[in-house]
Amino acid sequence: MSGSFDILMVGIGGQGTILASNILGEACLIEGRPVKGAETHGMAQRGGSVESHIRIDGLFGPLIPPGKADLMIAFDLLEALRYAHYVKKEGRIVVNNHVVLPTSVYTQKLVAPTEDEIIAALKKNSLCLLDADKMAADAGSPLSQNVVMLGAASGSIPLKPESLLEAVRRLVPKKTVEINVKAFESGRAFGSTC
Amino acid sequence: MERKYLLGNEAIAHACVESGVDFVSGYPGTPSSEVIDVLRAQPDRAYYLEWSVNEKVALENALAAAWCGIRALCTMKHVGLNVAADPLMTSAYTGVTGGLVIMSADDPFAHSSQNEQDTRCYAHFARVPCLDPASVQEAHDMIPTAFVLSEEFGLPVIFRPTTRICHSKGDVTLGDPVPSTRKGEFHKDPRQYVVIPAHTRILHKKLNEKQPAIRKRLVELGFNRFDIRGKIAVIASGIAASYVQELLPAGVSFMKIGAYPIDEEWLGAFVQKHEKILVIEELAPEVEEIVRQVAGCVPVFGKKNGYASYEGELSPPAVAAIMAKAGFLPNNPFPAVEPVQNLPPRPPILCAGCHHRVAFYAIKKVFKDAIYPSDIGCYTLGLQLGAVDTTICMGASITVGSGIAHSGEPRDVICTIGDSTFLHTGIQGLMNAVYNGANMTVVILDNRITAMTGHQPNPNSGATACGVESPPISLDAICRSCGASFVETIDPYDLTGMINVLESAKKRKGVKVIIAKQMCVITARRAGIKRGRYQVDTETCTGCGNCVRFGCPAIEFSKEKARINDLCSGCAVCVQLCPVGAIGREGKK
Repeated sequence: MSGSFDILMVGIGGQGTILASNILGEACLIEGRPVKGAETHGMAQRGGSVESHIRIDGLFGPLIPPGKADLMIAFDLLEALRYAHYVKKEGRIVVNNHVVLPTSVYTQKLVAPTEDEIIAALKKNSLCLLDADKMAADAGSPLSQNVVMLGAASGSIPLKPESLLEAVRRLVPKKTVEINVKAFESGRAFGSTC
Repeated sequence: MERKYLLGNEAIAHACVESGVDFVSGYPGTPSSEVIDVLRAQPDRAYYLEWSVNEKVALENALAAAWCGIRALCTMKHVGLNVAADPLMTSAYTGVTGGLVIMSADDPFAHSSQNEQDTRCYAHFARVPCLDPASVQEAHDMIPTAFVLSEEFGLPVIFRPTTRICHSKGDVTLGDPVPSTRKGEFHKDPRQYVVIPAHTRILHKKLNEKQPAIRKRLVELGFNRFDIRGKIAVIASGIAASYVQELLPAGVSFMKIGAYPIDEEWLGAFVQKHEKILVIEELAPEVEEIVRQVAGCVPVFGKKNGYASYEGELSPPAVAAIMAKAGFLPNNPFPAVEPVQNLPPRPPILCAGCHHRVAFYAIKKVFKDAIYPSDIGCYTLGLQLGAVDTTICMGASITVGSGIAHSGEPRDVICTIGDSTFLHTGIQGLMNAVYNGANMTVVILDNRITAMTGHQPNPNSGATACGVESPPISLDAICRSCGASFVETIDPYDLTGMINVLESAKKRKGVKVIIAKQMCVITARRAGIKRGRYQVDTETCTGCGNCVRFGCPAIEFSKEKARINDLCSGCAVCVQLCPVGAIGREGKK
């Protein structure tokens, strides 16, 4: 069996999961460790539910089996619940405390669980709930939400924070390095408290 | 040599540069598109590159380049190879002098496709070599070999990655770019390049005579290899080989297949050393059929006796289940877990401000009880709006529409097709419909770009793949020259205008064409076009839900009132939908 540390990142197309997964991959390269990943491209990106698999020290295929993820980073509460079965019993969930309701709720009158119901369901795992939107805005840009999320999860990721920060510096647009470093650090500080 | 964390398609593109590729053509299609998107973004390109109008055109261009002795790459998705099948089949006869690599990306599970066909069957059919990578690194490493093989045997080589290679990522060791020094030169040789019957009979024989040497060479290259570890064996191909390796217990032999045609003698020798064989591969039983031919009395487990499925994609749990069922694993090591049920789905949807939504809304309003054939593009998502009744393949909206119109079906036929799809294979359908006197309306959803696959330019966009200005084609002139009786161009953001044009079309006979023209909302945003957002005045809003039912993701509904969120792109269509004038520009009350 694979000895990889498996991270599932989920959200909505357009929320920046691909950049976040690239940062994790780059941090692995910095540490000279193998890494495999898989992500959603194409039509599914149009506001649909998206998933990114990242397997640190992965040597084989890119897909994380359900029930085997060590960590889930979710950019949306509803998406966290949709993919919660991927997380192993002792796995951790780091989730942004927001729901974007799918259009199907308005157009087809479907019922979505409330935020409290979702949080109660996610609590069977070790759960870290954060307001990444606000923390990103405080760091200087709402677009740094994905880096806040990585920072908050970083305590559970078997990579050095220095490597992650160096990867952030390498991959975010030059003009936003300072904002994203701040976003990472504020996420990390919050993550260590929950 | 450097190591990078790359998308499969990025690694493939890099490998083409390392191979000194001279000529690149293709038509976008998920999961293949990023290869050309990466190659066209290279700052110091030494190669010619184009997005072609369809896959047949792309392959014929690339084939001719390879006839001139230079290295050519042609990319497409699996169903694109159907369009290019005509030149493919005979290119195996004419052969090539420069290396020709045809990348046809398969999509098991049809993540972004209309079917799950297997490109390996085409390679078998055309009798050309096919390489089938098991990982991003192998996808990278196969490309230089594919060019060499193509030149060695004078045949096109098919390269067949799947979605889980193209859109997987991995740490990849890259080689250095090799600038090419080749210059194209066409040597006239009618016996090679003019496939009249007298020539083609000889060429067919030559193609068949090449086969044994190809099979031997593929074994030497090491893409097909084995490890004998016991009395039972698993044989796996492509990405399935990676999944099997993750699970393989001690004492079970393993053979990995990454290249076709498989050498039967070599395969038979391996099979005969075992008491039981399990074949694991995605889609068609290409490997399994050959294993069964050489197995003799050795029992074979696979698709043909119900141990594995012909459909869908594999994954570690799916492979574990097959191995456990066939007795190659003591038990399935993966926990049985169930997703939470009954969550509202979040399928992909048309963007906030997408003008296709407006066109569909207007079509449904004017043609209430009609048949809506559609086509392949973002607008296939019009299915959710009840405005898509058929989709089969690229360009088949107008043809399906005229077929229905001629069938005796009494209802109106109004079909939708995107600009890129119209230029791909839609024009022939329009010519045919006009020529044969169909009664129907065609709406060309013209967003000036090939949007769904990642905004590749097309002849309608005003620029080539490399950003060189080109004259944007006139859809209006094409439709008029096809003889359409009514051709109107309209901005679909003008909802009243759109409805009026549809009503005029509805009253007429013949083939009527409406070109609903407006820039794709994503390209408009990237181009810096800012229209300003809109908001709902909650005091005026009566909560009637007209705007909400329109289905724009920028419009939400809570506490009996509509609300516009920050996805709003400022198209102002909802302003025209609101019966009480409650929607206005943001910040100007």
